[in-house]
Amino acid sequence: MNIRLRINGKWITFTVKPDEFLLDTLRNNQIISVKKGCDGSTCGSCTILLNNQPVLACSLLSVRADESTILTVEGHAEEVEKIAVAFGKEGADQCGFCNPGMALMIIALKQSHKNPTDDEIKHYMVGNLCRCSGYQAQFKAIKRYLEERL
Amino acid sequence: MKVVNQKIPSIDGKGIMQGKRAFTDDYSEPGSLIVKVLRSPHAFAKITDIDVTQAEALDGVKLVLTHKNVPRKAFTRAGQGYPEPSPHDKFVLDEYVRYVGDEVACVAAIDEETALKACALIDVTYAVLDPVLDFETAYEHHTVIHPETDIHEMFPIGFEPQKNQAASYHMEVGDTEKVLHDSDVVIKHSFYTQAQAHAMMEPHTVNARIDIHGRLVLYAATQTPFHVRRIISQALDVPIQKIRVIKPRVGGGFGGKQGLHGEMLVSLVTLRTGMPAKMVFTRQEVFESSYTRHPMRIDMAIGAQKNGRINAIDCHILSDTGAYGEHALTVFMVAGSKVLPLYNKVDAVRFHGQVVYTNKVSAGAYRGYGAIQGNFALESMIDMLAKKLNLDPIQLREQNMILEGESSPIFEIMGEGTEGTAMNMETCKLPECISRGKTLINWDAIYPYKEIGNDKIKSVGMAIAMQGSGIPYIDMGAATIKLNDAGFYNLTIGATDIGQGSDTILAQIAAETLMTTIDKVIVYSSDTDLTPFDVGAYASSTTYVTGNAVYKCALAMIERMYAAAAKALKVHVDTIDFDGETFTSTDKSHISLVDLSNRITYSEDQEQLTTTSSYYGIKSPPPFMAGFVEIDVDKETGEVDIVHYVSVVDCGVTINPLMARGQVEGAIVQGLGMAMFEEVKYSSKGKMISNDFLSYKIPTCLDVQKMTTEFIDSYEKSGPFGAKSVGEIGIDTPPAALANAISNALNIRINTLPITKEKIIMTLFEKNKKGDHHDEKQ
Repeated sequence: MNIRLRINGKWITFTVKPDEFLLDTLRNNQIISVKKGCDGSTCGSCTILLNNQPVLACSLLSVRADESTILTVEGHAEEVEKIAVAFGKEGADQCGFCNPGMALMIIALKQSHKNPTDDEIKHYMVGNLCRCSGYQAQFKAIKRYLEERL
Repeated sequence: MKVVNQKIPSIDGKGIMQGKRAFTDDYSEPGSLIVKVLRSPHAFAKITDIDVTQAEALDGVKLVLTHKNVPRKAFTRAGQGYPEPSPHDKFVLDEYVRYVGDEVACVAAIDEETALKACALIDVTYAVLDPVLDFETAYEHHTVIHPETDIHEMFPIGFEPQKNQAASYHMEVGDTEKVLHDSDVVIKHSFYTQAQAHAMMEPHTVNARIDIHGRLVLYAATQTPFHVRRIISQALDVPIQKIRVIKPRVGGGFGGKQGLHGEMLVSLVTLRTGMPAKMVFTRQEVFESSYTRHPMRIDMAIGAQKNGRINAIDCHILSDTGAYGEHALTVFMVAGSKVLPLYNKVDAVRFHGQVVYTNKVSAGAYRGYGAIQGNFALESMIDMLAKKLNLDPIQLREQNMILEGESSPIFEIMGEGTEGTAMNMETCKLPECISRGKTLINWDAIYPYKEIGNDKIKSVGMAIAMQGSGIPYIDMGAATIKLNDAGFYNLTIGATDIGQGSDTILAQIAAETLMTTIDKVIVYSSDTDLTPFDVGAYASSTTYVTGNAVYKCALAMIERMYAAAAKALKVHVDTIDFDGETFTSTDKSHISLVDLSNRITYSEDQEQLTTTSSYYGIKSPPPFMAGFVEIDVDKETGEVDIVHYVSVVDCGVTINPLMARGQVEGAIVQGLGMAMFEEVKYSSKGKMISNDFLSYKIPTCLDVQKMTTEFIDSYEKSGPFGAKSVGEIGIDTPPAALANAISNALNIRINTLPITKEKIIMTLFEKNKKGDHHDEKQ
């Protein structure tokens, strides 16, 4: 069946199977910034913004997303660049596999919280797993980005 | 220094965050065959019949592989040099399956759905055998896990498969039994360390195609591209020059990608079909069918005088390598060789034991590589000894630990499966690490514990640790630098960036030496066709070994550029000075690097300046650290909050202080996961039950409240710009530091990892039942 998605500002029609997940639809169509880390909605690597809400693409059926607006890191280039700079300055980059998903989560955090407390930041980000960093540098980088110290 | 020891952002972090094509699966060819593996439902079984007729007949299926139609030549998946100290006990596919999740057959089909359907259509008849699931009963068990006769060791490692023994080792300095006997006090305890999952965020991934020259080209998420090339060539009988392995960005490894997991089958599919093929492990496969850390039982005895002098350490280890013997001997040996030298003033020390096979997923390399297991036992024992002698545990350490300028006979005796290399500690800042850490954790105000109300106790605990910097006389890294027109450089290295940032720090070393900026050094790494050799990312070797190669290579390039400048300026080379941008002669004539490189590229005396250098260590200077933990523990629930973790590290000069901190902090949190709750668990029939992130929890950003990480001033003369390694040292201290903090808080000692709240509360319950009260405050 066909579905229509507005991905990073552009309407695209995809032919999908009824049991196909959005993550596979995106990756199979070369939208590779969305990462497959666990295939079970437990790691956060496949986070996208669906109608401006953070969603795990690995556990959303593609057909359920029909006629939706999807943003990946490419669609938020300016903010992602700032987050990347903050990550770089704090040494928060390691393997980076979780970073595109994390960046989108950080953007969603900024949109939904005016001045988040440390606790709010941590609780908001808790679903985005990272095995490399120990989270400390990422936390500092998120604060740096939110405080616009770039 | 302008580039080295500077907080430079990683050179590729931004591109990765922007979602650019970077990881292995991003490079798979559209239309690749999807490779899926049918995996064993039994912990141990012999395949008596396998019928693939229906699977092969399914529309869209291009190839089905079973043990009947693949080459049979024993190999090891472990990427660790050659010849390997791991037994060659694995086949591409075998008639035996040795753990739940082992490979039975392999299907390549046009899409995932078809491949999975075909796997389900393979009709397998198993003779189910009695598995060995308890490693303490594995040795000489009536079940022999590797009964086949065409497996072998590459050199003597104590390989006795008929007894389920993958390896064994024994070494002794002095007469341990006698020294123990003559000591004022002797303490003896056993410790158990669990299987830990690597849980890197990127699953094991590989894809293959045949290029226009008919060569097999792999993109692989691996820590060891050169070993992958060699092992595929040997096992599949493909000439090695017909294989190219490219490692793009890797999404974490931690040892879990220091071996082949899919590379062999995907290669065979592409070789047989001529079609591009790919495999991405499901998260379940990452858990069930890759590697874990080696579980161990460590029996340790320490003999000491009443004044705290440690006379002897006896360490016996039983290690569980699971179904295959990857890294079996060497991980087990490192539990001694990178642990016991911490207390080098002993009259006798013994290290012995064996590594056994069980019907569980194979254990493999894992950050710390035995040292975390051994450290948990030894550093717990030191606190127990202090308590027994009524001495301060930190003073007891300071009285006995290895110091700068000193050595240990163990360095010379124990190496990578063979004998080791004698060395003195040119840098060892343990006293400074301890003293600084004590201040940062506020030790004197908290030790041993403080009641903080609401049934909670605050306490502190600590441990010291050492690791290594590569494997002397074995690990080799190489670098090539090319000067381009307009005066910028290419740096190509075999070294394998798996997220730890080696591309960045090696570029820093090159840029510093060449007196340029990091943007003028273009890095390309880990491509067996285009980059020089490197053993890969393991054994904490890249900064020290490859870093030295890059440094040598850059010096050689400067020498070549001086010669070219002398020719251009028509002066003697000794009259020239170079500041990174301009060559100036004492006669004031000068030429810029830009002009010189353009000149030799386009107009006069044309030549391509390229230098290649390689390096292997003649020693392995250990990084050291002191780790301190502050915890709040709830007496009623056993719940532990990690309030603060302090790491003070001597890793020589940090090439990049930001990235070094990231290495330490990431390792601390991974070590805390092992200390507190991570555990690979099996059902009574040997099926892994902790096979996703719901049943196997890794630390989240909520698990540690505060970390302080500092580096002590230290300069290792043999390292590039004074550096030692930093990749693994961080993981070693958390288990013992936590066990010691819990002992300080509750006067209970837990010797079995992980130290869960359930274990804490049960141990407290047992203690209280015996009427033992918290009255042993020291």
